[in-house]
Amino acid sequence: MKNLKKKFRFRIHLKSKHLLVIMTFFCGSTIVATLASGITSAPFQEAAGMIVVPFEKSVTTIGLWLTDVHKSFADKQDLIAENEELHNTVDTLTEQNNILIQNQSELTRLQELYDLDEEYSDYPKVAARIISKDPGNWYDTFMINKGSKDGIRVDNNVIAGKGLVGIVTEVGSNWATVRSIIDDSSNVSAMTVGTDDNCIVEGDLELIDEGKLRFTQLYDKEDKVTAGERIVTSNISEKYVEGLFIGYVSEIQLDTNNLTKSGTLVTPVDFQHLKDVFVITVNKQDSIEEGAE
Amino acid sequence: MKSKIVLFFTIVVCFLMQSTVLHFISIGSITPNLLLILCVSMGLMRGRKSGLWTGFFCGLLVDLFYGSLFGFYALIYMYAGFCSGYAFRIYYDDDIKVPMALVAAADLLYNLAVYGLQFLLRGRLGLTTYFTRIIIPEVVYTVFLTMFVYRVFRYINYHFMSPTRKESESIWVLK
Repeated sequence: MKNLKKKFRFRIHLKSKHLLVIMTFFCGSTIVATLASGITSAPFQEAAGMIVVPFEKSVTTIGLWLTDVHKSFADKQDLIAENEELHNTVDTLTEQNNILIQNQSELTRLQELYDLDEEYSDYPKVAARIISKDPGNWYDTFMINKGSKDGIRVDNNVIAGKGLVGIVTEVGSNWATVRSIIDDSSNVSAMTVGTDDNCIVEGDLELIDEGKLRFTQLYDKEDKVTAGERIVTSNISEKYVEGLFIGYVSEIQLDTNNLTKSGTLVTPVDFQHLKDVFVITVNKQDSIEEGAE
Repeated sequence: MKSKIVLFFTIVVCFLMQSTVLHFISIGSITPNLLLILCVSMGLMRGRKSGLWTGFFCGLLVDLFYGSLFGFYALIYMYAGFCSGYAFRIYYDDDIKVPMALVAAADLLYNLAVYGLQFLLRGRLGLTTYFTRIIIPEVVYTVFLTMFVYRVFRYINYHFMSPTRKESESIWVLK
């Protein structure tokens, strides 16, 4: 008991600058520890997740509900004008639709001939909802409401409807954080669909506003890759399963080394208004190991 | 003890708001930095040690869920809180201009630190782009938010927390 009191006394005399030095040292050592030796903070994350995540879930739900309510109070005048406009578009669209129906039947016939692969349907997926986003403006990570209980693991790929969204970086029992591909620190090994040339797709904060990504190190000697070319995740990627759609090439130019090309690509996913995503619960490493057995 | 509990809940609530609700009011995908406002106000109203601990725990929460380097944000927020603690008892904390100026300075330094340590070191050189696109808008928006939020923090400080003593008398943490 006396010892305890002594300890307490010692604390009383700790000056704020000494405290700062101690805490700086502590933070510095945790940074080094996570960088160098790969010590994970998983148990802390798990504990903090238990407290925070349920609240985040409910707050997000309330927030979404409020936006819905807000929307429902839209101006009457706006609605009347919009209604008129919509009537006109309905007329034009019905006409177009008739033509399209004809094309559709032709397309299905051709597709059967072509035997198109159904790109994503063969991977097992879990649907998840985004409950919170990175508090800063520098990175683009978000948290989803499913975790290891639903079979999500680190390095699972995340897609949304039309294309690749990101990769799971941390997992708790009922939450997981996802780093999106537009995040500045994200790198994805990719390839072009037409020519099977490999390249690296990087997120770039300077391009985020345009909804674009950067790709580099595309080796395309015969100039076959042009704007509009589809880019998917490559077969040599370690973490991304093959064939997930990333985007269309929008600009392409030759690098100064005269060997490789780089440029930008447009992603079909609307990252600003992303709400629901699908997590593919199979990792690339699993399929490699299965193949080895 | 009561102050500690109140502060803990304030931090958690601010973190929750920052990562969920504040995205609804973001302009041009720029969200104001509520956690930084909290650190700076606590430093200003309660001294260096309080600012330091508030910053440390705010940063720790960010690190736990979103950080790639564990301890990085804790360090930056901690310094923000600590440095604003130097204004404690020098300026009156009932004037809104002091926290606004402090928040502007802290947010600028915070963003420059994130840029310098995480982007520049990876070879992203376009400081001007980042400056005009992210740093300046964030500073402006955060200062704007300070005008409203600071009053709330001040209310919490004077109604739910025990009054601060002199730094030399205080035990190491917030009281």
